[in-house]
Amino acid sequence: MATFTTTATVDDPRISLGDDGSGPGLPDYATRLRRARLGLLVALTPVLMLFVSFSSAYVVRQGLPTLDPRTNALVRDWIPITLPRLLLINTGVLILSSVFMELARRQVKGQAALASATSAPGVSAADQKRIPCLSMTLVLGLVFLFGQWAAWKQLAANGFYVATTPSSSFIYLLTGTHAIHLMGGVLALFVAGIASLLHRSPATRSIVVDVTAWYWHFMAGLWIYILCLLEFAS
Amino acid sequence: MATHDFAAQETHAHAAPQGFIRKWVFSLDHKVIGLQYYFLALAAVFVGMFLSLLMRIHLVAPTAVLPFLGDIKPETYLMLVTMHGTIMVFFVLTTAPQGGFGNYFLPIQIGAPDMAFPVLNMLSFWTTFLGFIVMLAAFFVAGGAPLHGWTGYAPLSALQSAGPGEGLGADLWIISIAIFCIGALMGALNFITTTLDMRAKGMTMMRMPLTVWAWFVTAILGLLAFGVLLSAGILLLMDRNLGTSFFVPLVTINGQLTGHKGGSPLLWQHLFWFFGHPEVYIAILPAMGMCSQLLSVFSRKPIFGYKAMVYAILAIGFLGFMVWGHHMFMSGMSPYTAFAFSIMTMGIGVPSAIKTFNWLGTLMRGRIRFTSPMLFAIGFVSLFVSGGISGPFLAQPVLDIQLHDTYFVPGHFHLIMGVASIFGIFAATYYWFPKMFGRMMNESMARWHFWFSFIGTYAIFMPMHYLGMAGMPRRYSQMTEVAYLFHLIPLQKFITYAAFVTIAGQLIFVVNLFWSMFKGKKASDNPWEATTLEWTTATPPPHDNFGGHTPVVHNGPYEYNVPGAPRDYVMQTDPEIKPAH
Repeated sequence: MATFTTTATVDDPRISLGDDGSGPGLPDYATRLRRARLGLLVALTPVLMLFVSFSSAYVVRQGLPTLDPRTNALVRDWIPITLPRLLLINTGVLILSSVFMELARRQVKGQAALASATSAPGVSAADQKRIPCLSMTLVLGLVFLFGQWAAWKQLAANGFYVATTPSSSFIYLLTGTHAIHLMGGVLALFVAGIASLLHRSPATRSIVVDVTAWYWHFMAGLWIYILCLLEFAS
Repeated sequence: MATHDFAAQETHAHAAPQGFIRKWVFSLDHKVIGLQYYFLALAAVFVGMFLSLLMRIHLVAPTAVLPFLGDIKPETYLMLVTMHGTIMVFFVLTTAPQGGFGNYFLPIQIGAPDMAFPVLNMLSFWTTFLGFIVMLAAFFVAGGAPLHGWTGYAPLSALQSAGPGEGLGADLWIISIAIFCIGALMGALNFITTTLDMRAKGMTMMRMPLTVWAWFVTAILGLLAFGVLLSAGILLLMDRNLGTSFFVPLVTINGQLTGHKGGSPLLWQHLFWFFGHPEVYIAILPAMGMCSQLLSVFSRKPIFGYKAMVYAILAIGFLGFMVWGHHMFMSGMSPYTAFAFSIMTMGIGVPSAIKTFNWLGTLMRGRIRFTSPMLFAIGFVSLFVSGGISGPFLAQPVLDIQLHDTYFVPGHFHLIMGVASIFGIFAATYYWFPKMFGRMMNESMARWHFWFSFIGTYAIFMPMHYLGMAGMPRRYSQMTEVAYLFHLIPLQKFITYAAFVTIAGQLIFVVNLFWSMFKGKKASDNPWEATTLEWTTATPPPHDNFGGHTPVVHNGPYEYNVPGAPRDYVMQTDPEIKPAH
């Protein structure tokens, strides 16, 4: 009678638990990184849908006439707005932050690889360098957010509030929603910083920084798209 | 010959929790989270049913004074309509099949120890729970709950002064749905990542049970649809509270200009229905998956046309995003646009028919075991056909214009989206209860429950089609004084009586559910002699699902009645079946 083994136990010596600082019970670094990246890719889909939806509303609303109650005629109520020049500077700041973020990602990834290579007994990988690139990204991200707020103040000073005209409504909507999403990235950078301070494993830190970096790049790309929409489709 | 296969190591990412709070409240275990979703939906369904009973009483006795509640005013009736629809669609039909059963069984059925992101999974439940609390809070604020219907059509929903309930109650309604969207998106993220990245060795996509396919495609639909609903909700909140005019045109209330101008109510409808139609499939696809699973198990036959079923699920999901305009034939859209939406809508009939005929093909010449889960699965097919067959009627603009604002439409969508999905939930409950709680549900009570529900459902919703064809308009609160509808009052009364009896029948289910948890007959690990992975593990499953083991899959999910096999089913983990020569 044939016997069949259809399962494997984790106690089996042929199965490596891996040792990348992940701790017992966790999948290895490559699996965790792949899973985190896949999760991020999936998570970005609804963010994309949100802005696709706003864009479609933008295009539809732009073309709609409205009834003037005084003349009883259909008129356009979409007033094109000259965007504050500050937004261009903010764009430069965000792109620069994205560059620093990418440098940080590569740096941390290298450290994770080093830690993996030096995980033999007697070799410590705990003495990690601090990560100035991450700090720079964080600072530039905060500068960008402050710049966006300053641009809002400029708009208001010119008499364009959120309900003044549909075009101003969309400027506040798109910049505001993007800023909220970028704050999520800032929060993730804080998490990465805390992970660094708490001496979490290089693998964990690397994964946090890696997915934050891709998210950050996506936010930068999204901002350039929003700026083009507001500038060229108004 | 012995087969030795070893899976890539994949153990549980978090230790078994100790203590009540970590184990049962803020649990990271997908099984506990699944149960939390299930019981949230159970609570929500009773709120929704209670509201529907009030509506039914009001429709036949509009001047009745109810104990504790007093008389129901027309605006209160609209509030009941709104909250019944919203709670049922979001917190029952979206929550139980996907959040409940999907969470519990998707990881086990693919051989994973948990969801990909357990913390996110916990957050998704508590976000949904918060959404439900905010939704209920709308009942208790000044003005009460909103009256703009579950579809929230602007400008009624966009103006605070449009009526009672359109103040803070409507804001809470929108915020609740926004919170729900975020919770649902977190859930969808987990479902997709887990399915793509955590399948056991040998669990290829084409060996996944159809339940997993259904949950997977449903998650994709949610991922694409809820973001759009969220965007519409944000715009609506801005119109209501910041004075913008995305959805509100130049409009007066009691002769006074509102200050809005230029917005488009149709824009709301487009955004809402871009979400709203896929939402129908978000509710029904998991039930289709469960039905496919159960028909195969209890017919003791492989599912008829597995690949066709998979492609049909994908086609339904894809086409679901192409047909939102059929909800808007009354909006004055171009006949050419309406024609396009009409054709696409009727196109969905093709994959739906493939599924239906495959279900019938599975039943044909099967050695059918008429257990309670099987009864509900067959009931699902019946309701799906009965409710679905009126779909092609409504898909034609010329017919829809006649029928759209009548009872024909509630009859249609309650059968196909509401009760068919609920039957899927019942079938899944009876089927998986032994695995979840280690005991069997009482079969006699289950059968009584089935017949009450099956006959009751038809008694309630079939007459609504006739009411609609006879011209009874929906959404109006007091139609008993309208002369041309006098002859329809007896039918309305019949529906109300049927609703009372059917809802009373649901108490049998509740008693059975809780009684069986503690007093039911002890269940074996595989009481239904089924083949999928959840039946290879202990009952109830251990914290890491497979007790430190990782299953290795060799077979498809529906290997029943295999020639030459020692028994009439071959588990997915059994040695690979060789084709007969």
